[in-house]
Amino acid sequence: MAEMTIEKPRRRRVRMSLGDRIFDAVNYTLLCLLMVVTLYPFLNTLAVSFNDASDSLRGGIYLWPRKWTLENYKFVFEEAAILQATITSVLRTVIGTVLTVFCSAMVAYTISRPEYVLRKFVTIAFILTMYINGGLIPTYLLIRDLGLIGSFWVYIWPGLIGVFNLIIIRSFIENLPDNILESAKIDGAGEFRTFISIVLPLCTPVLATVALFTGVWQWNSWFDVFLYNSSYEHLSTLQYELQKTLSFSNASNRSVDFTAAPSQGGLTQVTPYAIRSTMTIVASVPIILVYPFLQKYFVKGMMVGGVKE
Amino acid sequence: MYLIPQPADRFARRETKMDNNLMLTDMSVAVKQKPRGLKRFFKLLIQQRALVLMSVPFVIWLFVFRYMPIWGWTIGFQNFKPAKSFWEQEWVGFYHFEFLFGDERFLRVLRNTLVMSTINLVLGFVTAITLALLLNEVRHLVFKRVVQTVSYLPHFLSWVVAAGIIRTVLDPDGIINDLLTRLNLIDEKILFLGIGEWFWGIYGASIVWKDVGWNTIVYLAAITMIDPTLYEAAEIDGAGRFRKIWHITLPGIRPVITVLLIMNIGYLLESGFEPQYLLGNGMNMDYSENLDIFVLKYGINQFNYSLSVAASIFKTVVSFILLFVANNLAKRMGESRLY
Repeated sequence: MAEMTIEKPRRRRVRMSLGDRIFDAVNYTLLCLLMVVTLYPFLNTLAVSFNDASDSLRGGIYLWPRKWTLENYKFVFEEAAILQATITSVLRTVIGTVLTVFCSAMVAYTISRPEYVLRKFVTIAFILTMYINGGLIPTYLLIRDLGLIGSFWVYIWPGLIGVFNLIIIRSFIENLPDNILESAKIDGAGEFRTFISIVLPLCTPVLATVALFTGVWQWNSWFDVFLYNSSYEHLSTLQYELQKTLSFSNASNRSVDFTAAPSQGGLTQVTPYAIRSTMTIVASVPIILVYPFLQKYFVKGMMVGGVKE
Repeated sequence: MYLIPQPADRFARRETKMDNNLMLTDMSVAVKQKPRGLKRFFKLLIQQRALVLMSVPFVIWLFVFRYMPIWGWTIGFQNFKPAKSFWEQEWVGFYHFEFLFGDERFLRVLRNTLVMSTINLVLGFVTAITLALLLNEVRHLVFKRVVQTVSYLPHFLSWVVAAGIIRTVLDPDGIINDLLTRLNLIDEKILFLGIGEWFWGIYGASIVWKDVGWNTIVYLAAITMIDPTLYEAAEIDGAGRFRKIWHITLPGIRPVITVLLIMNIGYLLESGFEPQYLLGNGMNMDYSENLDIFVLKYGINQFNYSLSVAASIFKTVVSFILLFVANNLAKRMGESRLY
């Protein structure tokens, strides 16, 4: 498993037939087209976010701003609500990810121990939840009864451990060489010591994958904010603020009349379109900066669930 | 797993597959380890108290957050009034279920759910396999890696961001209308999201845009497992690119395709929640509204808890049966290539 890589050195071909060349040309064109379709909307949003807001309404902005400005970003970052939401997003991402990674790894370690008496019970208890769940309303009522509504912890506790994470960490631990764990035991380390000082460091690749999945999920969440904390403004998140701007305009972007009320300065000209584009960029940049560097880890993580010899 | 827009949905397919594997190994271990007598069991429990302390608190967490809500299913058989206690609720049996199946809106929602999950299934498979095959034919490794990295990007963006981007693209002033006008294909700008009948197509395009790259991972992994000597032999026999794809690559990943396809049938009622909710509007709701949105609208917006719970019980029970059947089928047909 560990030796599997996506890119295998390909067989070298010396001669290329005409058919091969045509195939390659079509193939490369299609793949370039895919990249354009994937990236264009994003680059366009980026251009709009750096373009003068009222100028953007005239349309015709493609990949480059027509009238450069930082006003949109200034507006977004000076808006107290958005700033607060960004802080909450960062907090839930950091705290949620750290707790999820640690707790999932701990449970995964216990169910990877063949001698553990409760191993089967714990494993099945977790796996069953993939098949059956209470659904929206019962969960909502439970969260309400637990007093988690209007609390920051409603972002952390309900999603603490995911079964998929548990499974990929478990398979990783099971593939570690046995003698490492055994020698730790012989040296007199208890289970918890072994877990902290030996298993955790060895699991860095899989933990990076889980951290990425959890971090992205936490950062991107908006539904739990909407469901539980929509009337608690100080607990709003960036994605939820963005979602609210989406529901302003329904089917169309720019035709909506919206008199921007610049909170400071008076001269700032903003439109929902410009704000939305700017917030979209702010909400995506952290992810774009992180995921390419973890690519080799998450590709392996997905493969654990996919193909096994 | 979580609430309605299950964040782990995209992994669920693989989770269930894993679990077959898991269950199997557990069984074998359990047979060996099964405590003979309670005394031995408790002795072991005390001996392994460190492991117990490391896992049991999370089992308690699991019971509170995952199993306790199942008790709430009783609401579906009551005329639930939030102010009353459990013992004071009025029990109505299957009344809400009967109502649902006579309700035109619910039947439309069911149709939308099935259509969209089928679109998701078919389109998801075809595009991901095609892209994986195309990527596999790229010999320029840097180019290949760049395409892969770019194609993963939309998967990591939230649906909120994706929906915003999709709306901008489909806007009357957006790039698609712009292109169509310039090519003189249309005279009047089209309000894409305002045409109900087009929603399914837009939904299909959106999910492909977002996840096609991500979905190739497992197929590319399967392709690397194909014995390279097969290709060499084919080359000697004079097979070209297409023939090699058709006779070696595709059959090589067939077990993976079969198993994933069967697995996905288990998710026939899971058409997702976020794209429909975020791209839906008053004009296309006849086509965009699915089961999850129905549950949300009745439950949270209209406080009709009982009806909402009845709809979600229906969904969970059908999904459970489908998953169970799918899992067993997959196990039987998966051959030894998987797991």
